[in-house]
Amino acid sequence: MDTTCAVRMEEVTKTFGPVVANDRVTLEIRKGEILSLLGENGSGKTTLMNMLAGLYFPDSGRIFVNGKEATIASPKDAFAHGIGMIHQHFKLVNVLSAAENVVLGLEGGALLDIREVSRKIREIAEKYGFSVDPAKKVYDMSVSEKQTLEIIKLLYRGAEVLILDEPTAVLTPQETEKLFDVLRVMKKDGKAIVIITHKLHEVTSLADRVAVLRRGTFVGEVAIGETDAAELTNMMVGRQVSLNIDRSEPENTAPRLKITDLTVVDDEGVTKLDHVNFTAFGGEILGIAGVAGSGQKELLESIAGLCPVKSGEILYTPEGKKPSNLVGKTPMQIKSAGVAMAFVPEDRLGMGLVGGMGMVGNMMLRSWREGGGAFVHHKDPNALAKKVMDELEVVTPDVNYPVRRLSGGNVQKVLVGREIATAPSVLMSAYAVRGLDINTSYTIYNLMNQQKKNGVAVIFVGEDLDVLLELCDRILVLYDGKVSGIADARTVTKEEVGMMMTHLGKGGEADA
Amino acid sequence: MRERKQPLFHLVKRSELPAKYAWMIRLLSLLAAMLVGALIFLLLGSNPVKAYGEILSGALGRESARQRVVNIAVPLLGVALAIAPCFKMKFWNIGAEGQITVGAIGATFFALTFGGKYGLFAGKEPSLLLLLMMALGSMLCGAFWALIPAFFRAKWGTNETLFTLMMNYIAIGIVKWLQGGPWEGKPGSQIIPNFHASALLPKVFGVHIGWIVVLVLTVLIFVYMRYTKHGYEIAVLGESTNTARYAGMNVAWITVRTMLLSGAISGLVGFMIVSGANRTLYYGVAGGVGFTAITVAWLAQLNPFAMIVISLLLAVLSKGAGNLETVMGIPTSISDIITGIILMFMLASEFFIRYRLVRSHKESKEAKKA
Repeated sequence: MDTTCAVRMEEVTKTFGPVVANDRVTLEIRKGEILSLLGENGSGKTTLMNMLAGLYFPDSGRIFVNGKEATIASPKDAFAHGIGMIHQHFKLVNVLSAAENVVLGLEGGALLDIREVSRKIREIAEKYGFSVDPAKKVYDMSVSEKQTLEIIKLLYRGAEVLILDEPTAVLTPQETEKLFDVLRVMKKDGKAIVIITHKLHEVTSLADRVAVLRRGTFVGEVAIGETDAAELTNMMVGRQVSLNIDRSEPENTAPRLKITDLTVVDDEGVTKLDHVNFTAFGGEILGIAGVAGSGQKELLESIAGLCPVKSGEILYTPEGKKPSNLVGKTPMQIKSAGVAMAFVPEDRLGMGLVGGMGMVGNMMLRSWREGGGAFVHHKDPNALAKKVMDELEVVTPDVNYPVRRLSGGNVQKVLVGREIATAPSVLMSAYAVRGLDINTSYTIYNLMNQQKKNGVAVIFVGEDLDVLLELCDRILVLYDGKVSGIADARTVTKEEVGMMMTHLGKGGEADA
Repeated sequence: MRERKQPLFHLVKRSELPAKYAWMIRLLSLLAAMLVGALIFLLLGSNPVKAYGEILSGALGRESARQRVVNIAVPLLGVALAIAPCFKMKFWNIGAEGQITVGAIGATFFALTFGGKYGLFAGKEPSLLLLLMMALGSMLCGAFWALIPAFFRAKWGTNETLFTLMMNYIAIGIVKWLQGGPWEGKPGSQIIPNFHASALLPKVFGVHIGWIVVLVLTVLIFVYMRYTKHGYEIAVLGESTNTARYAGMNVAWITVRTMLLSGAISGLVGFMIVSGANRTLYYGVAGGVGFTAITVAWLAQLNPFAMIVISLLLAVLSKGAGNLETVMGIPTSISDIITGIILMFMLASEFFIRYRLVRSHKESKEAKKA
């Protein structure tokens, strides 16, 4: 195998204000090899790769491409050096076709020969085993098709080095396998591939070599044959963490939320939830699986009163109280009616947090109305902020430091910590560990388990099936706004859940 | 391939800068702006040192000039305070001009109806009762004017920028109609008569009492924005409507309430202008204050106390410019240019407080040594 060096980063440093994102990192990317870049949240993986992609410019250090020193000051420079990156958020124009997106921004004559472009796209697709329709509009595409298009875009531009930032976060297991097959073909073709991921099993099944970052510094690299998940985790977090989620048997379960024929239609008349039926019990964790956009967000938002319900009933029964219907109540009423609901929104900053405020200001989002008089009370939120900071090990210079400037994982800790602190009786969380490193993820799993033991009905929307299978008691699978099935998490297999995510099952084998 | 195209400079985000250095950068940029201004004076064949001297002496030399400066600064500060909560909420209220004007109409109504009449208001001294009525009237009118765009925005999501802007012209149109119609003094004069003495604001240290009002307001707005529940709601809403909704805030009501407050304060400023400075109402009563105050609010970064400094600075420049024309024959338009340059440099200084430029080569060598 040809494994000469494609890109070499030497002593690269990047700072953002007081935060050192990368501290003298030296990294080699080789041709014909899949390198997995592993690290905790805020360890600087994406920042490091963004410097290769031309989005950031290093404060110091040097970059060599094919042995020659290179200056990459813009994405255009990156392309000129054959480096391309696929970001977590796709950068495609919705109203244009696949072919049009591919040539977008390329220099060329005044006339565009879209047929020639389409022919070349098909050629690339055939070579690497993609399936793609060059004439298809982006808004008609599934997430996985969009990702394929992003990859083709890079290959069309002659990228020799491909960087993928958490590519599997949005894919089903089947789609992930397909992507990995394509990546393996590209590897055989001599491309250098870097994949940023948190999922250890993906690292071990796909990568040839793993490079580990911790707190912005390079910890080391290992060939995949010479390591195992436990060692990699140790390298990432710097200390031993247990890889087992302890799952207790549910005790004293009682129906907490009974949802009957819940139907939600959005502003544009699209049915987002279609006659959804299920019951969530106190003292258990109900996992919700589904491809992104299958109605998870609408389900949680309609329970929280943030999303108008077309029809159906949400019957809430607090411990020792009479049931009441939550439909038609405002978020505030749902809260003040004794329904303490903790909601970790999908889009953590856009919805759950105020980026410009510090931890204290954000803790106040839950309690700002409390206390008499016209003035806000800072004391309790201040104490709560300190508590969350200590217990969840939030890295921040100060409790009043704007959370926008914290790293993604720390932002999420602030959010989850606050939600749990409200001592809810139904705890809903969507993607609570999205993008979190293993160590922090486990902190959050433990918090969820603690809530379950306290008799809380925990609803956990997740994207990592391994975690759902290990953490939850039951798993409800949504497919296109419908309940595709409800399974016992202790007996169901990942493949079975994956099938339910992509095909409508029997429609929920009743409330098991 | 362009191998060695190293950018000469690049931007690096600063760590939090100590306040002392931040103010030093602001001072330096003020000096830099004055240097560029000096070039313009030189081009015109004037002595820049003398020109700057004349601006200062014209604005601060005599007591009457200083009083005039405060007179200019009072409405600027007042309206900057009024729009600060809106801007914090990211509600782009550029309708202060109209809210001032309508507030002035409200005050004028009471001044014309009751001033010098009914025995009670016939004295030669300002009447507290009448002034309170005028203040209340102006605040209600200003608040009403602000309510209209706020209501449409809260209810149907209309664009508040265009809406508030258009409301300005309607307000000015109404005054023009009043001037030529119902409130016209001498027939054909197109002028509303001067207010009776009972409807004029008393003076303290030679300037109408409005300056005390706006100073008190400065403290009140500071406390309101920083320590009250309302202030917290405004800050959250400004960051994200979704977050506000999620925290159980009534977004529509907060929008309307904040605009009511803003309009009321702008209206009050209108009252101070007609009753304290102009002694009557005419269509140019706001005189651009509603727009200049936006500059004041932004330069002060919505900090009420900084607004005092900025509004005084602008007032000094504006008053000094008049002197420049009479003494040195430099047209006032030139001092407008100088003012523009200073504002631009001060806005730019905020950028350099957040980022620093580093020479690319030097930096990498330094890093290696370290």
